[in-house]
Amino acid sequence: MTTVLSAQDLGRRYGRHRALAGCTLDVPAGQVTGLVGPNGAGKTTLLTIAAGILPPSEGRIEVCGGVPGSGPAQLAKVGFVAQDTPVYAGLTVAEHLRMGARLNPGWDEAMARKRIEHLGLDPAQRAGKLSGGQRAQLALTIAIAKHPELLLLDEPVAALDPLARREFLGDLMQFVAEYGTSVVLSSHLITDLERVCDELVVLVGGQVRLAGEVERLLATHHRLTGPRREAPLPPGQHVVSASHTERQTTLLVRTETPIIDPQWTVDSLGLEDLVLAYLSRPALEVLR
Amino acid sequence: MIWLTWRQLRASAVAVYALVAALCVAFLVTARPSEPVLDGLQDLLYNQGTISAVYLLPALIGVFWGAPMVARELEAGTHRLVWNQSVTRSRWLATKLAVAGLAAAAAAGLYSLVVTWWTAPGEGKGLTMALNSTGRITPFLFSVRGLVPVGYAVFALVLGVVIGVLLRRTVAAMAAALAIYIAVQILMPLFVRPHLIPPVQQTVAITAENTVSVGFTGPEATQVTSIKVREPEGAWILTDETVDATGAKVDSLAAGLGNCPPPSPGVNMMDCYAKAASDHGYRQLLEYQPAGRFWALQTLETAIFLALSGLLTWLCFRLVRHRVS
Repeated sequence: MTTVLSAQDLGRRYGRHRALAGCTLDVPAGQVTGLVGPNGAGKTTLLTIAAGILPPSEGRIEVCGGVPGSGPAQLAKVGFVAQDTPVYAGLTVAEHLRMGARLNPGWDEAMARKRIEHLGLDPAQRAGKLSGGQRAQLALTIAIAKHPELLLLDEPVAALDPLARREFLGDLMQFVAEYGTSVVLSSHLITDLERVCDELVVLVGGQVRLAGEVERLLATHHRLTGPRREAPLPPGQHVVSASHTERQTTLLVRTETPIIDPQWTVDSLGLEDLVLAYLSRPALEVLR
Repeated sequence: MIWLTWRQLRASAVAVYALVAALCVAFLVTARPSEPVLDGLQDLLYNQGTISAVYLLPALIGVFWGAPMVARELEAGTHRLVWNQSVTRSRWLATKLAVAGLAAAAAAGLYSLVVTWWTAPGEGKGLTMALNSTGRITPFLFSVRGLVPVGYAVFALVLGVVIGVLLRRTVAAMAAALAIYIAVQILMPLFVRPHLIPPVQQTVAITAENTVSVGFTGPEATQVTSIKVREPEGAWILTDETVDATGAKVDSLAAGLGNCPPPSPGVNMMDCYAKAASDHGYRQLLEYQPAGRFWALQTLETAIFLALSGLLTWLCFRLVRHRVS
């Protein structure tokens, strides 16, 4: 497996506050990786470091085989749509494309124009007058028209209504299918990611709590319900979370082997339940 | 990158250049003065127009070009957009500073050139300007022509940019840049410029010929408070004070110095005052920058402002490369 982003013990401090601490992570190439975590988990910090805008305070990070932000060639390899999808309010849509064309040697003018046309954006419109969804689409257009190897998106749909959200993610998926670009997409809404992600990284308190392929995560996690008991499970079955009532026990279990104990009712898990279970758990789990 | 820089600077650049152009045209269509006395229009243009524009121009450039240059990007978050284009942020900053710096220097240079041309015929004829300054080396005229406006404009620009990077707030940066620029413009002629070249010191005898004014106080105006002697033509006078025989400054002149007979026709009063003063051993100390040092002081001061600009530019690059995100 080739990695497009690899971090070792990555850390970032803001004064005494540690936004990221001992973050170790490998993001596979050619996949869409979802980055989830509660607010303040370090998602923005990680993406901003990977984009080369923020230098890390400690640790190592390699993106597309280079140090983030180390030069024009490295910048050309990484497309970044920052949180709140910033664009220049005073510049028109067409001027944004002109900026992209002038500042990026690999700029695909035809693709950028086609996208703007497809989106129904007026090139003469000032970006400050665009709706949130249109602004996000413009920012995405600028980021992908330079044909990056890796596209980093920091909560691009957070401010959008459900329809705009669906359109944005749909466009993104179309682009990924066409060009095979690697994508890291952060969100605090798991439902957004469920539809589009091949890989999932759960970030809590500046550290990776869970990372793995979405299908594999779903296949290896089960909810077990049965009469109350405290006895340990057979080897190979790891309890992620447990809750007991007077008569019933509910376990969330990770296992590679089928569960054969007839006492348990075995249910499959949704991604959201799975992530929530890990968010309230202090251990580091990396599944490959 | 030059296109983006120009696109972002366009509106404020046009405003500043429009002001410069309007003033230049006003100078070009107004007759150049060749007499010490200016007519009404010339007076308005020279005394109000020139002074305000020359002090205002660099301030405008610092406030409206410099302060927002990076601060507005940081405030709106657009630095995260532009720093992800395939251009390093050093090159981004270098281009922005170079384009705006050249535009600032050109605006100030053009304006200074027109003022210098306009005043040329009246130069050295005691053309009077605000606060009765006459020589072009005196503070109010010095800053208005020659090379220094270029130094001021570049300095004000870079000052604005650095403060914008530090404060990350456009409006606050504009206010702070303006305050600091004004402070520098006050401190420079008061404390720095007089000593750029050690001033000429002269101690002269007080005679009836060179005494130009005597100040009095007291019930019958008999107590002499100050004596002024003739000052070198066009020079920037730093000191014109009375000293005693040992060369120490006399704070209060001896009583009875003004005990002279009442004025009568054919009698030069200065004879009596000057004689009384010399009898006390008083002499007059003059410290000044002679008119001939105009270009030397201009070059030195411009160099100082450009050096300060260079220092601020270095700081700006450091901050943008390592501190800002």
